[in-house]
Amino acid sequence: MSVLVFAENQGGSFKKAAFEAVTYGYKTAQVLGTECIALCLGEASNAGELGKYGASKVLSVADASLNSFDSQAYTNVIAQAAEANGANVVVLMHSSTGKGLVGRLAAKLNAGSAPGVNQIPTNDGAFRVKKNVFSGKAIAEVEIKSAIKVVSVMGNSFQPEAVGGDISVESFSADVPASRVTVKSVDKVQGSVPLPEAEVVVSAGRGMKGPENWGIIEELAELIGAATACSRPVADTHWRPHHEHVGQTGVAIRPNLYFAIGISGAIQHLAGVNSSKVIVVINKDPEAPFFKAADYGVCADLFDVVPRLIESFKKHKANV
Amino acid sequence: MKLLVCVSKTPDTTAKISFNAENTEFNSAGVQFIMNPYDEWYALVRAMELKEANGGTVTLINVGPADNDAVIRKGLAIGADDAVRIDCNPKSSLYVAQQIAAFAKDGGYDIVFCGKETIDYNGSEVGGMVAELLDMPFISFATNLQIEGSDATIVRDIEGGKETVGVATPFVLSAAKGMAEQRIPNMRGIMQARRKPIDVKSPIDFEDLSAVVSYEMPPAKAACKMVAPEDMDELVRLLHEEAKII
Ligand SMILES: Cc1cc2nc3c(=O)[nH]c(=O)nc-3n(C[C@H](O)[C@H](O)[C@H](O)COP(=O)(O)OP(=O)(O)OC[C@H]3O[C@@H](n4cnc5c(N)ncnc54)[C@H](O)[C@@H]3O)c2cc1C
Repeated sequence: MSVLVFAENQGGSFKKAAFEAVTYGYKTAQVLGTECIALCLGEASNAGELGKYGASKVLSVADASLNSFDSQAYTNVIAQAAEANGANVVVLMHSSTGKGLVGRLAAKLNAGSAPGVNQIPTNDGAFRVKKNVFSGKAIAEVEIKSAIKVVSVMGNSFQPEAVGGDISVESFSADVPASRVTVKSVDKVQGSVPLPEAEVVVSAGRGMKGPENWGIIEELAELIGAATACSRPVADTHWRPHHEHVGQTGVAIRPNLYFAIGISGAIQHLAGVNSSKVIVVINKDPEAPFFKAADYGVCADLFDVVPRLIESFKKHKANV
Repeated sequence: MKLLVCVSKTPDTTAKISFNAENTEFNSAGVQFIMNPYDEWYALVRAMELKEANGGTVTLINVGPADNDAVIRKGLAIGADDAVRIDCNPKSSLYVAQQIAAFAKDGGYDIVFCGKETIDYNGSEVGGMVAELLDMPFISFATNLQIEGSDATIVRDIEGGKETVGVATPFVLSAAKGMAEQRIPNMRGIMQARRKPIDVKSPIDFEDLSAVVSYEMPPAKAACKMVAPEDMDELVRLLHEEAKII
């Protein structure tokens, strides 16, 4: 018996999202009375650090052909590790890679699966986990009945908790199948925080009037280390790039703090952001529906308020 | 080219989400249903564009009961040639994927299209499952697809960026925003759709390995605390001291 966590590295090193997944795997293993084993694919530097978050073993397949993601090759290798370690639960991250993997791995293992879980499973005779459904408008409890189970953990649902120290990395020898997908080029957004992982997000809508006014949004975001996002019409009219579009038909996010500036709060927008822990709304219309979903609201012209907010954050930063 | 597009039916984005008294089933009373936007706007429209450019056929597949036919007709109105519906009430993604794979296995499809996820269960699972069951490559979150002969070049979303990959047909992909632009069916399409066939088939046997056992609504938010626009120091203080974030 074991819980196997596939910990993804980003460009060769493990970051917070991977530690969250190991924390989830460790807690799940405790509930099931077993151990948590972390699996790493491709070449990465700090795999031993996964031990800190509860992995009793870190297995690595440091094959360069696994440096880029192919669902078929990854599925194959993860399935081999699951079998070799008698895994009864496989934990993935609910990232772009994890989402591209979860279904395929479940089919390969003939496992029941739950993508995007945000709770530690129960173990009262039945294995049940919770996940958001209807784009965050409701929560479902899913029961998995198969002997082996696959779950992917929603980002920013669990904080990484250090329970031990670094451990040594064991190499796991697997048959790595030749991939039928060839990577031609990779284009990573440089410098800024990737939106799905961001803990703070500054998002703006049509209230901005035009793309030329985004300077204050970028300045605010940079000042507080936030990622930038936008509403759908803003992306559709090419004021901002598509990957910034959040909502039911864009990226779904759950940062610790979400600033909605000049966004009305349409139900489709809220669906993708309402799991954020704290929401601040800046809108000049007191009737804007977003205020109903907000924790803090400022009802005023954003072109006055945002520069003032920037000044206040600068002052705050200078004092801490 | 033979193209297969998996389409699912979801509640309209503005639908009020509620459940039966036992909280075990979605309450569909008064809810309007639509084709899952990712399936319609991106997967189906891109399949139509490929057919228009290179010839071939576009077949729709839906796994679900007879009242899904309205959504399937919309896909036919957008231009798909024909459709198949696997007649059942699916309870899990793997069940759906098993049905699609069983149908597609001997169909000789060059590309199987899915949307990146459904807007109701948000699973992102079916495409990868179908690919595994058919032993085909799977390209998730595709935002651009170009094809020359049997070689496809696909741009897909990855963590913090994009990646361009090459893959030969046959393969499965899940379509995300950027792939195509939404099309509104015209009158002629709607008229033609009425005469296009929807082939209804029985499902193969497959026992569900997972199921939703109950639903709940997210905890209600406390009332919004309004901050005076002149006093942004106060907002920063609240975020720092009360919400303990900044
Ligand atoms: C099927 C479907 C799917 C959709 N999916 C999404 C989705 O995923 N994401 C999404 O965002 N939308 C989505 N939408 C669109 C959604 O319904 C709204 O149209 C959209 O979110 C509105 O964007 P907005 O708030 O930026 O613009 P608007 O609704 O135009 O709101 C602008 C807001 O800015 C405020 N404002 C204007 N000027 C100022 C100022 N100077 N200072 C302060 N406030 C100001 C206004 O009071 C207003 O509240 C979808 C729609 C459909 C039908």
